[in-house]
Amino acid sequence: MYPTTYHKPETLETAVAMLQGSEEGKIIAGGHTLLPTMKNHLAAPTDVVDIRGIAALHGISDDSGTLVIGATTTHAEVAGSAVVAAACPALACLAAGIGDPAVRHAGTIGGSLANNDPAADYPAAVLALGATIVTNQREIAADEFFDGMFATTLEESEIITAVRFPACEAAGYSKFPNPASRYAMVGVFVAKTNGGVRVAVTGAGEDGVFRHDGLEAALSASFSPEAVDGVPVSPDGLLTDLHGDATYRANLVKVMAKRAVLASA
Amino acid sequence: MANVKLTVNGRAVSRDVPDTTLLSEFLRETLRLTGTHVGCDTSQCGACVVHVNGKAMKSCTVLAAAISGGEVTTVEGLANGSLHPMQTAFNDNHGLQCGFCTPGMIMTGVDMVNRYKAAGRELTEEAIRHELEGNICRCTGYHNIVKSIQDAAAKM
Repeated sequence: MYPTTYHKPETLETAVAMLQGSEEGKIIAGGHTLLPTMKNHLAAPTDVVDIRGIAALHGISDDSGTLVIGATTTHAEVAGSAVVAAACPALACLAAGIGDPAVRHAGTIGGSLANNDPAADYPAAVLALGATIVTNQREIAADEFFDGMFATTLEESEIITAVRFPACEAAGYSKFPNPASRYAMVGVFVAKTNGGVRVAVTGAGEDGVFRHDGLEAALSASFSPEAVDGVPVSPDGLLTDLHGDATYRANLVKVMAKRAVLASA
Repeated sequence: MANVKLTVNGRAVSRDVPDTTLLSEFLRETLRLTGTHVGCDTSQCGACVVHVNGKAMKSCTVLAAAISGGEVTTVEGLANGSLHPMQTAFNDNHGLQCGFCTPGMIMTGVDMVNRYKAAGRELTEEAIRHELEGNICRCTGYHNIVKSIQDAAAKM
């Protein structure tokens, strides 16, 4: 990788100042996306600012029914958390299926969301559960956060500090992992919330994670796998790549939606 | 340059290295601990797995500077007078063919047994196969690797 300067600030204010004071600074946490990208020379930040030294960004708590997960909390910590298991077992299950054990010891929820990989798992949970992304500047509703493949509405030097998940009645996640990378070829997260059922699909969309109106309407009427049968899922706007074409993925959306409903708790 | 201070296999080390130095490079090239292998260098194959502060990580995707102050255990640090039960089990069960992936398999094996024991969960054959998804053996000698980990789990 090209030379860079590594920083590990202990406060958010210092981290922001370092980012703003650098020519082209990047935030790093688990580094499992940024470092491979830097090795490939697809990213060449002049500075990397490690936010794992900021204690306030780490940890899991239940804030009177709202699950709060700090940005630098690792996938393994979410997967193994009794608080998450009690509040939303589907989220723990999702985290336990990201990458592999060593990756889960390093990768973080904030990093996954800020990167918004079109095949990442967390965006599906955040969008389906109607979570709120908390940053050092504001709070962003999930519906306003994802902005196309690898893009979010985060501003320059804006740092995710935590994610707040509202309580839900039931939720389930099912993904068809790419056998090599374990990224989702299609992943569907279903959530029974106060405002009806929300369904988010990852891995399939040309513009990244998206909600599916047809599945939401059908599952709001009847929260059962059979309800998925009559819903048309169009291949328009779905990804075609060497792993599968859009028609294949459209079918997988329905299969994963059924399995997610079956897995719901 | 970054000053990296680590406790590696119980020994305190301090070295000045470029900020971009990966933990795998720091171990192999700076400390000459070549037991940790680099296979894919893209965090997929698991040959470079070491324990950082007690957790299995892919050292090709960790900056040495980022874990300064921490503790690292490599395959060289497992044996304590005699071989670690995981090493003995790989030997007894012939859990290797060419041996390139073995250091990562052993470090991943120790990590999974420790985690399952701490959580009071049974490490079944199915669980071992699932836990090994981040470690690739290109000789495809998985059967004996799984047997080795099962054997070691009973003795750890």
